[in-house]
Amino acid sequence: MRYALLVQGAPYSHQAAHSALRFASALIDRGHRLETVFFYHDGVYNAQRLAAPPQDEPHLIEAWQRLHHEQGTALLVCVAAALKRGVIDERESRRHGMQGHSLAASFELTGVGQLVEAAMTHDRLVTFSP
Amino acid sequence: MNNADSSTAMLVVLRHAPHGSSWLREGLDVALVGAAFGQSVSLLFLGDGVQALIKGQQKGALGQKGTHPTLDMLAMYDIDTLLVDADSLAQRGLAEDDLQLPVTLIASSQLLRVFSRHAPVFNF
Repeated sequence: MRYALLVQGAPYSHQAAHSALRFASALIDRGHRLETVFFYHDGVYNAQRLAAPPQDEPHLIEAWQRLHHEQGTALLVCVAAALKRGVIDERESRRHGMQGHSLAASFELTGVGQLVEAAMTHDRLVTFSP
Repeated sequence: MNNADSSTAMLVVLRHAPHGSSWLREGLDVALVGAAFGQSVSLLFLGDGVQALIKGQQKGALGQKGTHPTLDMLAMYDIDTLLVDADSLAQRGLAEDDLQLPVTLIASSQLLRVFSRHAPVFNF
Protein backbone atom coordinates (compact mmCIF):
# COMPACT_ATOMS: atom_id res chain seq x y z
CA MET A 1 0.00 0.00 0.00
CA ARG A 2 0.98 3.61 -0.48
CA TYR A 3 1.37 5.41 2.83
CA ALA A 4 1.53 9.03 3.90
CA LEU A 5 2.49 10.11 7.41
CA LEU A 6 1.48 13.29 9.21
CA VAL A 7 4.04 14.27 11.89
CA GLN A 8 3.01 16.94 14.40
CA GLY A 9 5.51 16.49 17.23
CA ALA A 10 8.84 18.30 17.56
CA PRO A 11 11.92 16.04 17.56
CA TYR A 12 13.39 15.22 20.99
CA SER A 13 10.45 16.94 22.76
CA HIS A 14 7.96 14.16 22.13
CA GLN A 15 7.82 10.58 20.98
CA ALA A 16 5.86 11.41 17.81
CA ALA A 17 8.83 11.72 15.41
CA HIS A 18 10.59 8.64 16.86
CA SER A 19 7.42 6.58 16.51
CA ALA A 20 6.78 7.84 12.98
CA LEU A 21 10.31 6.81 11.89
CA ARG A 22 9.94 3.36 13.44
CA PHE A 23 6.56 2.95 11.76
CA ALA A 24 8.17 4.09 8.49
CA SER A 25 10.85 1.40 8.62
CA ALA A 26 8.32 -1.26 9.66
CA LEU A 27 6.02 -0.56 6.74
CA ILE A 28 8.92 -0.51 4.27
CA ASP A 29 10.14 -3.85 5.69
CA ARG A 30 6.66 -5.23 4.95
CA GLY A 31 6.92 -4.17 1.31
CA HIS A 32 4.73 -1.07 1.48
CA ARG A 33 5.71 2.30 0.05
CA LEU A 34 6.15 5.45 2.09
CA GLU A 35 5.59 8.16 -0.48
CA THR A 36 4.97 11.26 1.60
CA VAL A 37 5.68 12.62 5.06
CA PHE A 38 3.92 15.88 5.91
CA PHE A 39 5.23 17.96 8.82
CA TYR A 40 2.70 20.23 10.52
CA HIS A 41 2.28 22.03 13.85
CA ASP A 42 5.49 21.56 15.93
CA GLY A 43 6.43 18.72 13.57
CA VAL A 44 8.02 21.34 11.32
CA TYR A 45 11.01 21.39 13.69
CA ASN A 46 11.96 18.00 12.23
CA ALA A 47 13.17 19.98 9.22
CA GLN A 48 15.67 22.13 11.17
CA ARG A 49 18.97 22.27 9.30
CA LEU A 50 20.94 23.30 12.37
CA ALA A 51 19.81 20.62 14.81
CA ALA A 52 22.81 19.10 16.61
CA PRO A 53 21.56 16.27 18.82
CA PRO A 54 23.94 14.38 21.14
CA GLN A 55 26.03 11.85 19.20
CA ASP A 56 24.76 8.90 21.21
CA GLU A 57 21.14 9.63 20.32
CA PRO A 58 19.38 8.91 17.02
CA HIS A 59 19.74 11.79 14.56
CA LEU A 60 16.13 12.23 13.54
CA ILE A 61 16.69 14.86 10.85
CA GLU A 62 19.22 12.62 9.10
CA ALA A 63 16.85 9.68 9.46
CA TRP A 64 14.19 11.61 7.52
CA GLN A 65 16.77 12.54 4.88
CA ARG A 66 17.76 8.88 4.55
CA LEU A 67 14.12 8.01 3.81
CA HIS A 68 14.13 10.63 1.09
CA HIS A 69 17.34 9.32 -0.50
CA GLU A 70 16.66 5.60 -0.15
CA GLN A 71 12.89 5.45 -0.64
CA GLY A 72 12.21 8.61 -2.60
CA THR A 73 9.88 9.77 0.18
CA ALA A 74 8.75 13.39 -0.25
CA LEU A 75 9.39 15.41 2.93
CA LEU A 76 6.77 18.16 2.85
CA VAL A 77 6.73 20.94 5.43
CA CYS A 78 3.75 23.26 5.91
CA VAL A 79 5.04 26.70 4.96
CA ALA A 80 2.67 28.64 7.25
CA ALA A 81 3.46 26.49 10.28
CA ALA A 82 7.20 26.55 9.47
CA LEU A 83 7.78 30.25 8.81
CA LYS A 84 6.28 31.45 12.07
CA ARG A 85 8.45 28.93 13.93
CA GLY A 86 11.66 30.03 12.21
CA VAL A 87 11.97 27.11 9.78
CA ILE A 88 12.66 28.93 6.54
CA ASP A 89 14.20 28.06 3.18
CA GLU A 90 16.53 30.23 1.09
CA ARG A 91 13.79 31.63 -1.09
CA GLU A 92 11.52 32.69 1.79
CA SER A 93 14.52 34.02 3.68
CA ARG A 94 15.38 36.31 0.76
CA ARG A 95 11.75 37.36 0.41
CA HIS A 96 11.66 38.37 4.08
CA GLY A 97 15.03 40.13 3.88
CA MET A 98 16.60 37.71 6.36
CA GLN A 99 20.11 36.35 6.58
CA GLY A 100 20.60 32.60 6.32
CA HIS A 101 18.07 29.80 6.14
CA SER A 102 17.17 26.94 8.43
CA LEU A 103 15.39 24.33 6.30
CA ALA A 104 17.39 21.11 5.97
CA ALA A 105 18.18 19.66 2.55
CA SER A 106 15.64 17.19 1.09
CA PHE A 107 12.73 18.93 2.86
CA GLU A 108 10.47 21.28 0.94
CA LEU A 109 8.11 24.01 2.08
CA THR A 110 4.61 23.55 0.75
CA GLY A 111 0.99 24.38 1.55
CA VAL A 112 -1.57 22.54 3.68
CA GLY A 113 -3.29 21.71 0.41
CA GLN A 114 -0.58 19.10 -0.11
CA LEU A 115 -1.67 17.40 3.12
CA VAL A 116 -5.27 17.21 1.95
CA GLU A 117 -4.02 15.99 -1.43
CA ALA A 118 -1.87 13.31 0.24
CA ALA A 119 -4.84 12.11 2.27
CA MET A 120 -6.91 11.73 -0.88
CA THR A 121 -4.28 10.09 -3.08
CA HIS A 122 -2.56 7.61 -0.71
CA ASP A 123 -4.09 4.40 0.58
CA ARG A 124 -3.39 5.36 4.19
CA LEU A 125 -2.61 8.53 6.11
CA VAL A 126 -1.27 7.85 9.60
CA THR A 127 -0.90 10.71 12.11
CA PHE A 128 1.80 10.97 14.78
CA SER A 129 1.02 13.68 17.33
CA PRO A 130 2.38 14.42 20.81
CA MET B 1 -8.44 0.73 -1.37
CA ASN B 2 -8.12 4.48 -1.15
CA ASN B 3 -8.36 6.52 1.99
CA ALA B 4 -11.26 8.43 0.55
CA ASP B 5 -13.44 8.83 -2.47
CA SER B 6 -15.26 11.92 -3.60
CA SER B 7 -18.56 10.89 -2.00
CA THR B 8 -17.09 10.74 1.53
CA ALA B 9 -16.64 13.85 3.64
CA MET B 10 -13.38 14.48 5.41
CA LEU B 11 -13.51 14.91 9.18
CA VAL B 12 -11.47 17.42 11.17
CA VAL B 13 -11.50 16.60 14.88
CA LEU B 14 -10.82 19.59 17.15
CA ARG B 15 -9.88 18.64 20.70
CA HIS B 16 -8.18 21.80 22.01
CA ALA B 17 -9.49 25.07 23.42
CA PRO B 18 -8.59 28.38 21.75
CA HIS B 19 -5.63 30.51 22.83
CA GLY B 20 -3.64 28.00 24.93
CA SER B 21 -2.01 26.37 21.91
CA SER B 22 -2.12 26.59 18.10
CA TRP B 23 -3.85 23.21 17.71
CA LEU B 24 -7.30 24.69 17.14
CA ARG B 25 -6.10 27.35 14.68
CA GLU B 26 -3.98 24.92 12.67
CA GLY B 27 -6.77 22.34 12.69
CA LEU B 28 -9.27 24.87 11.35
CA ASP B 29 -6.76 25.81 8.64
CA VAL B 30 -6.80 22.22 7.41
CA ALA B 31 -10.63 22.30 7.33
CA LEU B 32 -10.68 25.54 5.30
CA VAL B 33 -8.04 24.31 2.87
CA GLY B 34 -9.90 21.00 2.46
CA ALA B 35 -13.08 22.91 1.62
CA ALA B 36 -11.17 25.19 -0.76
CA PHE B 37 -9.95 22.01 -2.50
CA GLY B 38 -13.57 21.04 -3.09
CA GLN B 39 -13.83 18.47 -0.32
CA SER B 40 -16.94 18.11 1.76
CA VAL B 41 -15.78 18.80 5.34
CA SER B 42 -17.33 17.98 8.73
CA LEU B 43 -15.97 19.29 12.02
CA LEU B 44 -16.16 17.34 15.27
CA PHE B 45 -15.65 19.31 18.48
CA LEU B 46 -14.52 16.92 21.17
CA GLY B 47 -13.23 17.38 24.73
CA ASP B 48 -11.83 20.88 25.32
CA GLY B 49 -12.46 21.55 21.64
CA VAL B 50 -16.09 22.41 22.44
CA GLN B 51 -14.80 25.63 24.05
CA ALA B 52 -13.92 26.87 20.55
CA LEU B 53 -17.64 27.47 20.01
CA ILE B 54 -18.42 29.53 23.13
CA LYS B 55 -20.19 32.80 22.28
CA GLY B 56 -18.70 36.23 22.91
CA GLN B 57 -15.01 35.39 22.53
CA GLN B 58 -12.39 38.05 21.93
CA LYS B 59 -8.77 38.14 20.90
CA GLY B 60 -6.37 36.24 23.12
CA ALA B 61 -4.42 38.14 25.76
CA LEU B 62 -1.18 37.05 24.10
CA GLY B 63 -1.89 38.90 20.86
CA GLN B 64 -3.23 35.91 18.92
CA LYS B 65 -5.99 36.62 16.46
CA GLY B 66 -8.40 34.20 18.07
CA THR B 67 -10.38 31.57 16.21
CA HIS B 68 -13.96 32.88 16.56
CA PRO B 69 -13.77 34.96 13.33
CA THR B 70 -12.65 31.80 11.49
CA LEU B 71 -15.69 29.94 12.81
CA ASP B 72 -17.93 32.68 11.40
CA MET B 73 -16.32 32.11 8.00
CA LEU B 74 -17.09 28.38 7.91
CA ALA B 75 -20.46 28.90 6.18
CA MET B 76 -18.69 30.76 3.35
CA TYR B 77 -16.63 27.61 2.80
CA ASP B 78 -19.79 25.45 2.85
CA ILE B 79 -18.68 23.84 6.10
CA ASP B 80 -21.99 23.47 7.88
CA THR B 81 -21.73 20.08 9.54
CA LEU B 82 -20.56 21.03 13.03
CA LEU B 83 -20.72 18.00 15.28
CA VAL B 84 -20.36 18.45 19.03
CA ASP B 85 -19.87 15.67 21.53
CA ALA B 86 -22.78 16.17 23.95
CA ASP B 87 -20.90 14.73 26.93
CA SER B 88 -17.91 17.05 26.41
CA LEU B 89 -20.29 20.00 26.40
CA ALA B 90 -22.19 18.91 29.52
CA GLN B 91 -18.99 18.07 31.43
CA ARG B 92 -17.87 21.69 30.98
CA GLY B 93 -21.19 23.13 32.21
CA LEU B 94 -22.13 24.28 28.71
CA ALA B 95 -25.34 24.00 26.72
CA GLU B 96 -26.18 24.47 23.04
CA ASP B 97 -27.38 28.04 23.79
CA ASP B 98 -23.85 29.01 24.86
CA LEU B 99 -22.46 28.33 21.36
CA GLN B 100 -21.97 30.87 18.59
CA LEU B 101 -23.14 28.60 15.77
CA PRO B 102 -25.87 25.99 15.26
CA VAL B 103 -24.46 22.52 15.87
CA THR B 104 -25.49 18.87 15.86
CA LEU B 105 -25.09 17.19 19.24
CA ILE B 106 -23.67 13.68 19.10
CA ALA B 107 -24.04 11.11 21.85
CA SER B 108 -20.71 9.53 22.78
CA SER B 109 -22.10 6.16 21.73
CA GLN B 110 -22.46 7.52 18.18
CA LEU B 111 -18.86 8.76 17.83
CA LEU B 112 -17.65 5.50 16.32
CA ARG B 113 -20.25 5.85 13.57
CA VAL B 114 -19.14 9.44 12.90
CA PHE B 115 -15.54 8.29 12.44
CA SER B 116 -16.45 5.32 10.27
CA ARG B 117 -18.54 7.47 7.93
CA HIS B 118 -15.75 9.94 7.19
CA ALA B 119 -12.43 9.70 5.37
CA PRO B 120 -9.86 10.99 5.73
CA VAL B 121 -9.83 11.93 9.42
CA PHE B 122 -7.54 14.68 10.70
CA ASN B 123 -7.07 14.84 14.44
CA PHE B 124 -6.03 18.09 16.16
